[in-house]
Amino acid sequence: MSSHDDVVVTGLGATTPLGGDVASTWDALLAGRSGVRRLTDDWVQQFPAQLAATLATDPAEQIDRVRARRLDRSQQVAVIAAEEAWTASGAADAGVAPERIAVVFGTGIGGAMTLLGQDDVLEAKGPKRVSPFTIPMLMPNGPAAAVGLAVGARGGVHAPVSACASGAEAIRWGLDLLRLDRADVVLVGGAEAVVHPLPMAGFAAMRAMSTRNDEPERASRPFDKGRDGFVLGEGAAALVLERADSARARGATLHARLAGAGATADGYDLVAPHPEGEGAARAIGAALRDAGLSPADVGHVNAHATSTPVGDTAEASAIRSAVGEHTLVSATKSQTGHLLGAAGALESVFTVLALRDQVVPATANLDDPDDDAAVQALDIVRREPRKATLTAAVNDSFGFGGHNLALVFTTL
Amino acid sequence: MSEDIQAGLAEILEEVAGVTPADATPEKSFTEDLDVDSLSMVEIATAVEDKFGVAIPDDELGNIKTVGDAISYIQKNQG
Repeated sequence: MSSHDDVVVTGLGATTPLGGDVASTWDALLAGRSGVRRLTDDWVQQFPAQLAATLATDPAEQIDRVRARRLDRSQQVAVIAAEEAWTASGAADAGVAPERIAVVFGTGIGGAMTLLGQDDVLEAKGPKRVSPFTIPMLMPNGPAAAVGLAVGARGGVHAPVSACASGAEAIRWGLDLLRLDRADVVLVGGAEAVVHPLPMAGFAAMRAMSTRNDEPERASRPFDKGRDGFVLGEGAAALVLERADSARARGATLHARLAGAGATADGYDLVAPHPEGEGAARAIGAALRDAGLSPADVGHVNAHATSTPVGDTAEASAIRSAVGEHTLVSATKSQTGHLLGAAGALESVFTVLALRDQVVPATANLDDPDDDAAVQALDIVRREPRKATLTAAVNDSFGFGGHNLALVFTTL
Repeated sequence: MSEDIQAGLAEILEEVAGVTPADATPEKSFTEDLDVDSLSMVEIATAVEDKFGVAIPDDELGNIKTVGDAISYIQKNQG
């Protein structure tokens, strides 16, 4: 084992296209339900890709109206997920000094809904009508700042931004803060809410989104031969991290150990992944070394697998080379859609729950696996969740810009 | 007249800052008693202009400390 202090997960929170909290999201995932729907807004009618995985529970049902009107939707979901995790952890009642509580919360895009909405106000009514809350609502550290305020964190509030790896990046930063003794409790996570014409048009222009408009629930199909792009999702997820000794001392529930993390960059292209997943494989290898584990220990990988033609095969190669063919692989974006900067956090929550419940979620819509040799070689769980004896699991997250993150969780 | 203004102001305060209308009485301080921050004051000024047709310049906004100050300002500058 490694020489680092043990870091454990003591609280989980989420609001997602599958449910308004962790329990409902996890139940829906294991039941094989899809969070994807066809949008019906007027603006979407001329769009090539008309699908999104929108929130199962409207934030307005979970957050006070006056509070909500000062928060961008990305901040609202961040606060909802973070407060669930925080409450569940019991950390609020543990007497931790606010100066020893830190927050690391990432987002891929930030307050784009506010930015674009206020630009509409500016164009239509002029500068005096722009909201005084525009800047605090659109800034990319907005979700982190709102979460920090919500839990009274005064030990530092940080906002990593690495596109679709942001949520995982936040978890890695949290791990580092605890190992460096910069804090005693760290609330980490990711948030995203950009189901809006401009981001949708931008991703569509990259030909990155699925256009399977007539079959919403079948559109996100990682590793399947018929995949044609990702489905944009929205939501947030959060985890409370602490050192194991102090968490045990206060009688907290320990869900899993965050045993290691690895981060690399492809250095290959701004958006295209390295075709063999070289950087991704290095991230997984680094995370396993950090955790003091060998590839043979890993029983499950929650793949980043977004359902794009090039991304999934590159990742399959990386998993095959860095972990091996024995591991059970899941691509949960098949049901949640792609939550961008929240994806790494949500999939870490799923990875923790897989270890807790000793079950690997199924990959929906994987009817006909890609001919790629690595995809064919991997044991990708499909049709039904699979019971398994798991001691260690990996969550992969990658982002435009060539960011690769791998996180290793283990049972206690 | 001032009752109408008070009622209108109370509506604005409820919408913008969640203040219970019964609490929006003349002696109340926006920041001390009603927990209205400086950015919300800017929103309130915009809403006052919409509702009463009275613009509150930034240098005047700083002098408006209580609900009563706002009522007087609106009364003085209306019509």
